[in-house]
Amino acid sequence: MSDEQRAQDVVLRLDGITKRFGALTANDAVSLTLHRGEVVALLGENGAGKTTLMNILFGHYTADEGSVELFGQPLPPGNPRAALAAGVGMVHQHFTLADNLSVMENILLGTRPLWKIGFDRAAARARIVQLARDFGLAVVPEHRVGNLSVGERQRVEILKALYRDARILILDEPTAVLTPQETDALFATLRKMVAQGLSVVFISHKLHEVMAISSRVAVLRHGKLVGEVATSQTDRRQLADLMVGAEVSPPELRPASPGPALLTLKAVSTADHGNAPGLKALDLALHAGQITGLAGVSGNGQSALADLIGGLERPLSGALVLHGETARQWSPRAAMAAGIARIPEDRHKTGTIADFNLTENAILERYAQAPFAHRGWMDWRAARDFAARVIERYDVRCPGPETRIRLLSGGNMQKLILGRAMEDAPRIILANQPVRGLDIGAISFVHGELLAARDRGAAILLISEDLDEIMALSDVIHVIYEGRLSPAFARGTASASDLGGWMAGHGFGGGAHAA
Amino acid sequence: MRLETVANPSLARTLGFPLIALAATVVLGSLLAMLAGADPFATLGLIVRGAAGSQFALLETLNRATPLIFTGLAVAVAFRARLWNIGAEAQLYAGAILTVLLGTGALEWPSAALWPVMAGAAMLAGALVLLGPAVLKVRFGVDEVVTTLLFNFVVLLFVSMLLEGPMKDPMGMGWPQSPRLIAEARLPRIVDGLRLHWGFALAIIAALIVWVIEARTTLGYEMRAVGLNRQAAEFAGIPVGRVILKTALLSGGLAALAGFSEVAGLKGNLTLDISPGFGYTGIIVAMLALLNPLGVVVSAIFVAGVFVGADSMSRAAGVPTYIADIMLATALLTMVLAIALTRFRVRWG
Repeated sequence: MSDEQRAQDVVLRLDGITKRFGALTANDAVSLTLHRGEVVALLGENGAGKTTLMNILFGHYTADEGSVELFGQPLPPGNPRAALAAGVGMVHQHFTLADNLSVMENILLGTRPLWKIGFDRAAARARIVQLARDFGLAVVPEHRVGNLSVGERQRVEILKALYRDARILILDEPTAVLTPQETDALFATLRKMVAQGLSVVFISHKLHEVMAISSRVAVLRHGKLVGEVATSQTDRRQLADLMVGAEVSPPELRPASPGPALLTLKAVSTADHGNAPGLKALDLALHAGQITGLAGVSGNGQSALADLIGGLERPLSGALVLHGETARQWSPRAAMAAGIARIPEDRHKTGTIADFNLTENAILERYAQAPFAHRGWMDWRAARDFAARVIERYDVRCPGPETRIRLLSGGNMQKLILGRAMEDAPRIILANQPVRGLDIGAISFVHGELLAARDRGAAILLISEDLDEIMALSDVIHVIYEGRLSPAFARGTASASDLGGWMAGHGFGGGAHAA
Repeated sequence: MRLETVANPSLARTLGFPLIALAATVVLGSLLAMLAGADPFATLGLIVRGAAGSQFALLETLNRATPLIFTGLAVAVAFRARLWNIGAEAQLYAGAILTVLLGTGALEWPSAALWPVMAGAAMLAGALVLLGPAVLKVRFGVDEVVTTLLFNFVVLLFVSMLLEGPMKDPMGMGWPQSPRLIAEARLPRIVDGLRLHWGFALAIIAALIVWVIEARTTLGYEMRAVGLNRQAAEFAGIPVGRVILKTALLSGGLAALAGFSEVAGLKGNLTLDISPGFGYTGIIVAMLALLNPLGVVVSAIFVAGVFVGADSMSRAAGVPTYIADIMLATALLTMVLAIALTRFRVRWG
């Protein structure tokens, strides 16, 4: 193909995009082109500026400098409608679907003029079915979205974009919530789309997925485009180095020397919460000096288990045995008093209070104890000292303990949470998605701390939707599916596709469903 | 038009927009006075003079500010913990009832003993009035906006019943009013001959105490945590329900002190018009103060000044007193906008 033809093929051109937020430069003169019929992976650590760049393209933000060109036409800045009209579709990491509407209603939502009466439903349905067939997106238009699995919802989101005649599809971390099998199905769809001349921007952290699906990789680091390579010309190692700007090595695992069970669940069941299943007569033992990994597709009872161990939820039946004694009173405070350190799944909503400063957040779990409180009076000096200690020991990058935590990056927020949880050398650690959304540097820091705690003799439950993470760190792996637990797989005894089968529910037996 | 978050608002931003809001309020108020047929520049002067132009005017403003400080604090404390107490009016009347019950001769004690007992009983009554809605909220998730608002009418009708029946002053010539407090029960004036009474000093002390509670005690920390992020507070083991109940007790008690101070300090007896909506105005006061207890004192004095000043202006210029209400409403709206503008930047296009 000649250069001239290539130039005509360009569907999207970002030219010298710069975006500043105060002192932070989120995008620094980033230029990127997207051609017809290709998948470009946008790779970068968290906070590298990927989402900012896509938000500028989609019109959520206005760039300070630079321009966006779609199909040869300049795109007016700051206007999502213009981007939509020009054929850009975006599938966000968190879906924007109405649970109480059907698949078809969700797809049609917002596509029709407000005041026009009369509508050919049959034609619209036929078009959705046709699109679904063309791109391998199996959905039933009449199903209620609230009853769909995560993978199906994602298909609806993609159909939504296609129905609006999207020629460019932006997928933000699309595989974060999928099983390996669902990921394969998604990739098949993406291949069909590019074969028909659509173009895809695929935002991801996961190197092997980027290698599997993209034709080109653009790597962002600290807001700058640090590399753009054809996927066939590169490997994971090189991409990782580009992302972090330094050599990275996977954590080294010393063999575990497991001790006695510190926390045991005996046939514990908990209440369902709406669509989220509770635990169904679940047995689990967390041993000292061992990391127990919990794999599973999100929404299969991980939250119920985390809430139970974290003290937020009480068992309906069954027993929770701590250090050999059955727990009676169960609450977050009881859990903490029993030496359970908790790293919550959502650091923004449950882990921290955004408008509290670092000091106030550091003492969140222990504000009522000495030395931070005496007879109801706070000792802020002791609190600041504690915060300063955590900030230093756990390398929390911040202007100081008086900074509001909302101004910190996710990684630094997580380091503070980790620090305050680990400060007392806890015997039991509940780490729920401890590295989700973190950059590689922060990930290896968090993993390093967890491994150090393991070697010190702590019993650790690691919950993650990232199977790679589970397989890299765990000494023992369980899969959770609809509130039930698979048998334990010792390290190295189950492959990713074995576990994927369990994650999809194979092996659990149909009869036990009715709990 | 879109809004962008300003991560770290500058001092100019945090002070500038509220000042612009104040200026806008004054301009709008003057325009209204002009519509009513008065000279807009003269009205402004009249308002300022009426509110603070003389010792009498100033003390009258502080007098009017006293109940507003209490109700403002009550609302500020509750809102801080996301307990939407719209019922300060009811709690105020509950406090007033207890003040009259104990202060009209039931207890013939010296002032030094009588005042704290009256104030304490008033606070307890106000606290209990808010405790009901708070328990309903914590146990059953009943919306406290509805319950506290409706309680205002219940309590007001109850007061009406009392004043027509068991609490009616036999010497009252048939008016619905209670007997007068005994001399020992009255709060003395701060300056002889002028109406400002020690209730004002009590209000300032209350503001300082609330400030200390919020900044220095575990309860204050808990209240702020629950208000800012209930989910995180729960996760961290903060007893969210109990914190809300404690907040309700504090808030109700503060609002009740407004009733105590008005009856014992200013009026001397209980009538149905003892509060021209101090409970509701307390919401404006608290919002203008951004829920800061010391800010409540300032904003209560400002709001009282607008009332007193506009009252005096309307008499001098011959325009309706409703202009004061409109000016306050304008002040609240512009201030809410100003607060939003300090935190968000507007992008056009």
